[in-house]
Amino acid sequence: MGALKAILWRDLALARQQGGGLGAAFSFILAVVVLVPLAIGPDLVLLQRLAAGMLWLSLLLAVLLTAEQIFQRDLEDGSLELMTMTTVPFELIALVKAIAHWLTVSLPLAVIAPPLGLLLNLDINQLPIFWLSIIVGSLALSLLASLGGAITAGLRRGGLLVSILVLPLYIPVLIFGVSATTMLMGAQSAVPSLLVLLAITLLCLVMVPLACAAALRAYMR
Amino acid sequence: MWQGLVLEAKSLACERGGRLIFNNLNFVVGGGELVELRGPNGAGKSSLLRLIAKLNEPAAGSLRLSGSAQDLATQAHYIGHHEAIKPALTVKENLDFWANFQAGAANLAPFNLHQLAHDEARLLSEGQRRRLSLSRLVSVMRPIWLLDEPTVGLDQSAVTNLRNVIKAHLVMGGLVIAATHADLGWPNARVIKLAGGG
Repeated sequence: MGALKAILWRDLALARQQGGGLGAAFSFILAVVVLVPLAIGPDLVLLQRLAAGMLWLSLLLAVLLTAEQIFQRDLEDGSLELMTMTTVPFELIALVKAIAHWLTVSLPLAVIAPPLGLLLNLDINQLPIFWLSIIVGSLALSLLASLGGAITAGLRRGGLLVSILVLPLYIPVLIFGVSATTMLMGAQSAVPSLLVLLAITLLCLVMVPLACAAALRAYMR
Repeated sequence: MWQGLVLEAKSLACERGGRLIFNNLNFVVGGGELVELRGPNGAGKSSLLRLIAKLNEPAAGSLRLSGSAQDLATQAHYIGHHEAIKPALTVKENLDFWANFQAGAANLAPFNLHQLAHDEARLLSEGQRRRLSLSRLVSVMRPIWLLDEPTVGLDQSAVTNLRNVIKAHLVMGGLVIAATHADLGWPNARVIKLAGGG
């Protein structure tokens, strides 16, 4: 446990001191929120219908921007090799690094995004359910981003490859995340979509660290 | 501190990128012994250290550690060419991380890093970075030290410090395997020669 705590604290400290890409990711979301109304015109009804989807889409792409850095530096400077030389399963180490990414990038963005939605005329009654769904979904986004980061960690300019690999995996998260919010407008319950989103997140929590560890081991051979 | 540790390699072979680097290597190293790996570039000195650290798999043969219940990799320190130092963190934060990670306590004294403790690691010179990564050896107690060119970049006094910590480690019953071109100045070091396939 001490080892995992050490990694979490170090990654949080590194994100604070050298910037974990949160600033760039936040600017990206802000740019989308500001530009979308200018692009589609001042149609409030249309904006309201698009708001949730636009925010989900911008969060998803913003998280993807930061995926590359999750494992790359640790692989290059030999930290990951030393991390295999303990009794702690490497899968748990990969999980903790993904969680550190969630805490430093995805979670802050997911907390900030819904209030920004008000600029897109997001219905204020939708706000609580939207907030809940985007926070739950953001963990899945971080986990899947860590998978892309692990698979491309040893490649130069792996950024494009990350998008190609991870975007298909983002589709279920996007579908159920957005439908949890839009269901409410059609007077249907948002609960089923929210539960499916939660299930996807839990599935990622179990499966992704296994795949990350396998990918990283292949690079260290 | 460590009693009766024996590291035994039986008909070990190493392959990198489809090329056989060495073959049929046998040795036995006991606690309190220092072994120097010698050989030309590409003879497989680093590869052998990585095999012992379980970072790579041998193509054939086996490595066995007797006298310890634990796995070889968790009993070994590997000081390689990559120093696992984060430039944005201070010297002390860097060492604290590895000490906490491996359940030890950061010890800056043996390599005289006290004055640099609160400097960011990006400001360190090559030799100072080396001293920082060597400090892992004395911060976390592990019986097997695998050192890849440990003296590169070190000044005379740091080499003396290294000799002192190695001496203390051997007295406690630990074992040291070092790949080196320079003479570590050890009176009765065993030498394993790796010929190299050319």
